[in-house]
Amino acid sequence: MAAQARAAQADAVPQDGDASNLPFIYRTYSREQLLAALHRMHLIRQFEEGAEESYMRGLIHGTMHLSIGQEASAMGICMPLSKEDQITSTHRGHGHCIAKGAEVSRMFAEFFGKTTGYCAGRGGSMHIADVTTGNLGANGIVGGGLPIAVGAALTAKRLKTGKVVVCFFGDGANNEGAFHEALNMAAVWKLPVVFVCENNGYGMSTSTARSTAVANIADRAAAYGMPGVIVDGNVLSDVAEASHDAVERARRGEGPTLIECKTYRYRGHSKSDRNRYRTKDEIEDWMNNRDPIVRYEAQLQEFGIATRGELDAVQEAVRQEIAAGIEFAKESPMPELSGLADNVYTAEVSR
Amino acid sequence: MNAPVRELSYSQAIKEAMAIAMENDERVVLMGEDIGVYGGAFQVTGDLVERFGTDRVMDTPISELGGAGVAVGAAVTGLRPIFEFQFSDFAALAMEQIVNQAAKMRYMLGGAVSVPLVMRFPAGSGTGAAAQHSQSLEAWLGHVPGLKVIQPATPHDVKGMLLAAVADPDPVMIFEHKLLYKMKGPVPEGHYTVPLDKADVRRQGRDVTIVATSIMVHKALEAAGQLAAEGIEAEVVDLRSIRPIDGETIIASVKKTTRLICVYEGVKTLGVGAEISALIAESEAFDYLDAPIVRLGGSETPIPYNPELEKAAVPQVPDILAASRDLVRGAR
Repeated sequence: MAAQARAAQADAVPQDGDASNLPFIYRTYSREQLLAALHRMHLIRQFEEGAEESYMRGLIHGTMHLSIGQEASAMGICMPLSKEDQITSTHRGHGHCIAKGAEVSRMFAEFFGKTTGYCAGRGGSMHIADVTTGNLGANGIVGGGLPIAVGAALTAKRLKTGKVVVCFFGDGANNEGAFHEALNMAAVWKLPVVFVCENNGYGMSTSTARSTAVANIADRAAAYGMPGVIVDGNVLSDVAEASHDAVERARRGEGPTLIECKTYRYRGHSKSDRNRYRTKDEIEDWMNNRDPIVRYEAQLQEFGIATRGELDAVQEAVRQEIAAGIEFAKESPMPELSGLADNVYTAEVSR
Repeated sequence: MNAPVRELSYSQAIKEAMAIAMENDERVVLMGEDIGVYGGAFQVTGDLVERFGTDRVMDTPISELGGAGVAVGAAVTGLRPIFEFQFSDFAALAMEQIVNQAAKMRYMLGGAVSVPLVMRFPAGSGTGAAAQHSQSLEAWLGHVPGLKVIQPATPHDVKGMLLAAVADPDPVMIFEHKLLYKMKGPVPEGHYTVPLDKADVRRQGRDVTIVATSIMVHKALEAAGQLAAEGIEAEVVDLRSIRPIDGETIIASVKKTTRLICVYEGVKTLGVGAEISALIAESEAFDYLDAPIVRLGGSETPIPYNPELEKAAVPQVPDILAASRDLVRGAR
C-alpha cells in the first residue's frame, strides 16, 4: 500500500480548504483507502465478536484471546505496509491477520478446525497465519515472534528484497529475554524491522506498573540505540503516522524503531478470565470514551469524508461478510484423521 | 567418477562442507558466537570469514535464544542458516526457539512454510570442562517431532550429512562430539551427501549387536577388535541419526546376532538406549533375543571435573568388553 499511498497523495482528502492541518492519514490516503481501513477495522471487531459467539455456542474449542478495542493499532500499523512486507504476530493476533489482508472466511474455518482454514485446522486461533499476505504467524509463546521477525528482516537485508518486517508484541513480552536480545541484534545489524508494542496495560492480570520498571515501554528503545515512539493506539491516524515514519526509516536502511501503542482490550485475557484485576469503571471509560472505531468514524464525518449513512453501509457490508465467513467455516470439511502426521516434515520421513 | 579422497580431521570436514554449501548457494549463511575472526570456539569455522566475509559468517552477540530465533526467522523467509552453538549445553538457553518455533512452525501453519535450518552442537565430555560444558543432550531434541537429529561419527559422514542437512527443507540438529574434532579419516573431495535417516553397519559380526552413537562408535569398534581375538564377533551399528531412527537396520542386525548392547554418552535413563531397546522389544526381533538387552549410558550425575571421575561418568571400552562377554557367554 505504500506506493499506492504516495500516488494517492495527489487526490488525498479533503478537496476544499487547507489540508495541511489535517491529521496524517487524511493528508496521505485517498477516500477509498480510508474507507477500506474502516472496513478492515469493523471486520476485526465483528470477526472477534463472531468468533466469541461461536465459541459460546460450542462451535470453536480451545481458547482465544480477543483484541476488541485494539483495532486502530493493528490497522494503523499495517496501512503503510505493502502486501510483500511481512509481520509476526501474537496470541492476540486476529486483528493483525485481518489488517494485513487475510480473508475472514478462512480464518473462521481455521477456528472451526477445518481443512479450508489457513493452517488446515492444525493451528487454530493462537497460530493464525496467512503467509500469502505476509503474516508469518501468530505465536503462542509470549515474545516468540520477536527474534523471528529479526531473522525475517535479516533475510530482507541479505537478499535485498526491499521488504520491511513489522513485529507485533504485547506489553507482557517486553519483560522476556527474547525482547531484549531481538532489539539489540536488530539495532546492531541495522535491520529493516519495526517493533510494535501494543500496550494494553496488562500482561494477563499483572499491570505494566507492577511488572515493568520503566514508565513507558518505548523508553527501552534508548537501551538499544533506536528511536522509541509513543502513540495513542486508539487513534488510527497517529498509529499510521508513526508506522509510516518507522517503515520509511527501515526501508532507507537506517534500522529499527520501537513504537508503543497505548491501548486497551475490552475483553479478558482469554476465555478463562474473570476480570478481577480491572474495575468496571476503567473498562467502561475506555469503551465509552476512547473507542478506536467510534473516534475514527467521528473524524471521517468531521472531515467530510463520509456521511453516517455511508459509514453504516460499511458496517452492514462487514456484517454480511462475517455471516458468509461463518457459513463457509461451518460447511467446510473436517480433516481426515489419516492426515494427523501431515506436515510434521516437508517430505515424509521414514520411521 | 570417484572424487579423490584425502585424510581430513572431523572439524576440517565440517568446514569443507560449509564452504561447499556457501559456494553453491548464496542463501547459506553461518551464524554463531565468535565464528568470525576468532574462528569458532573449536576452530571449526576457522578462516571462512576471510573467504566469505562478515555478511555470511556472522558473529552473533551472546544471545543464544535470540540468535536461534533469528536463524529460524531467516530460514522461514529464504536464507539457509547454519547456526553454531559454542557448546550444546547452551541449547538450554535457546530451547524455546528450537522446540516451540523451529520444530512446529510448518505443522502449526498447515504446511504453508518450511524451516530449512541447520544447527550445530559441540557436545560431550572428555575435555575437563565440567558439568555445564560437557553434556550430551541429543535425546532432548530427539524427543521433538519436526526436528531431525543426527550424530555423525566420522569425518566422511559429518561432511556428507552436513551437506544433506543444508539441502534438507526441515530443521536438522547436528551433535558433534568435541573429542571427534581432531580425529582423522578419509574424506572425498567435492560435494556428496550421506542420508540423514540411515544407520551404518561399521563392522559385521554374528554374536552380538552393539548399537552406538557418535564417539561411542569408535569405542565399540575398539572393543570389537579385542573381542574378535577372544572369538566373539561383534556387529557394530553406527546409529548416525536418532530422529528418525533406522529401525530396519537395527532389527535386521539383532535378528542375526540375537543379542543387543546400546552404547551412548547421554544419561542412561530415558535416553537413546531406551528407545532402541523398546524398538527391539516391540519388533519381530524380540523373539530372536537370546539374552536381555543391555544399555551402557552416561551415569546419573552431572559430568564431573576430575579427569578420572569424568571418564567414569561415561561408557568406556572396558565396559563394552565386559558387557559383551557377559552377554555372549550367558552370564546375564
